[in-house]
Amino acid sequence: MEASTSTVAFTRPRPLGWARLPVWLRRGIIGAILIVVWHLYAVHKGPLLVATPWQTAEAFYDGWKNGNLASQTWTTLRLLLEGVAIGALVAAGLTAFATLSKVGEDLLILLTSVLNPLPGVAILPLAMLLFGLNESALRFVIANATIWPIAIAVSTGFKTTNPTIVAVGRNIGLSRGRVITDVLAPAALPYAISGLKTAWAFGWRTIIAAELVFGVAGSEGGLGNYINNARLYFLTPQMFAGLVTIALLGVVFETLFGALERRTVVRWGMKTS
Amino acid sequence: MIPLRSRRRAAAPRETSEGGPLLRIERVQLGYWVDARFHLAVAEATFEIQPREKVIVIGPSGCGKSTLLKAIAGFIAPASGSISVAGRSTLAPGPDRAIVFQEFDQLFPWKTVLHNVAYPLRVNGHSRGEARATAQQFLELTHLAHAQDRYPYQLSGGMKQRVAIARALALDPTILLMDEPFGALDAITRQRLQLELNRIVAETRATLMFVTHSIEEALVLGNRVVVLGDTPSRVLEIVDVGDLGGPETQEYGAMRGKLRDLLAVDRELPEEEEDGGIN
Repeated sequence: MEASTSTVAFTRPRPLGWARLPVWLRRGIIGAILIVVWHLYAVHKGPLLVATPWQTAEAFYDGWKNGNLASQTWTTLRLLLEGVAIGALVAAGLTAFATLSKVGEDLLILLTSVLNPLPGVAILPLAMLLFGLNESALRFVIANATIWPIAIAVSTGFKTTNPTIVAVGRNIGLSRGRVITDVLAPAALPYAISGLKTAWAFGWRTIIAAELVFGVAGSEGGLGNYINNARLYFLTPQMFAGLVTIALLGVVFETLFGALERRTVVRWGMKTS
Repeated sequence: MIPLRSRRRAAAPRETSEGGPLLRIERVQLGYWVDARFHLAVAEATFEIQPREKVIVIGPSGCGKSTLLKAIAGFIAPASGSISVAGRSTLAPGPDRAIVFQEFDQLFPWKTVLHNVAYPLRVNGHSRGEARATAQQFLELTHLAHAQDRYPYQLSGGMKQRVAIARALALDPTILLMDEPFGALDAITRQRLQLELNRIVAETRATLMFVTHSIEEALVLGNRVVVLGDTPSRVLEIVDVGDLGGPETQEYGAMRGKLRDLLAVDRELPEEEEDGGIN
């Protein structure tokens, strides 16, 4: 082939190919195939053990329409938000203390190395003893699951901050405290967001597991409790609807974190999208 | 000589009451600790900087000239001797000694160009509108008005350094400290910024202490040159370079030769390999 045409041939897309299809179509096709496989498996296993996609969709629709699934989801999300908020605040305080003093740094290192490897639900029995069977126990467990990943991420962000901009902060007259809030905190934001993502994922796993073990007082047991109850009464489609809800919420929050990154650290050139 | 704006901060006088020097460095010794052992970097430095002077501190790499600048800025304390700015001994870092660093990454990446210049003014008690207006004024002075809404990652190295200069000068410092600000730039941008700095310093009537290892840069920018040398270093000589004329004049050539001699540029290097920063 001649040189003049070879470059054209090089850039020309192949006439037929998987990679040529738009992303939504590629994902849609895979998704459809998986749903068909799910359906075949459900039919094979019988409706008592595995709900078909259609049954699941019906249970999902009904659950949101009659408000039952919605209220359980809200209970779980509210507790998760409260727990993560408490965890993030404590983590921020601990990291600030660690930045300001050597004692704080040693404390943070010791606490994270001991408590971070501990699975969140493992302290549920302790929380139940301390707080009783109530929402505070769950908040405590979730907060504990989120403090350590956030604290580790933020203190890594602080430590890797370019010393020159810290020197600039001191030079323009910032106090030590304001160097933390106005220079180190925004500089560590890429780390903080990824820490928050990890914390959120830890919190999710922890709260669903904790709700499986015990529902919060009364009828508002949360999504984990909803799934477990559905299993107990052989309401298999509802159990699947609960699982689908959890998966969809995961997608929603992933999108929200992505949007937060695009508006901040990606926009500032601190992280490539 | 354009009076850029009224004097706002009485706390940062440009001249001492008795009309003495702005910066006084007296028998300063500087060093640093490595593994519980003290290493002396600057054995003895004594000099003064008068208001509106442009003083260049020159010396080979590792002679402690940046350490000296950091001590004036208040980041490290001298082992002995005294440093005073406008009659006060400098202890903590502060905006009366605004610094321009060598690194391009000295701007806050999460702030636009405008806010990088305006934010330090807000920190120092200016109102929002006042800070914005002053920032815009200094961005015009450094020919950056068109880029005021950009983020630092969208700027070239030379533009970043001009933003840093605008930020420092907007603070109306008693003395402007510059630590090899053009050291990481290409030769053409470097020469352009040297000329631009001369114009800006003339317009703002700032007092300048500028650290470099380039003899040409010292001669283009300075009124006086403080030559550091030896290890640990001391002030070898302080020379007047204010009225040399252009590079083609005989005086310029003679002074260039003298500085090269003082800095031992032509001397054979000892066994130890040094980086050839002196031109």
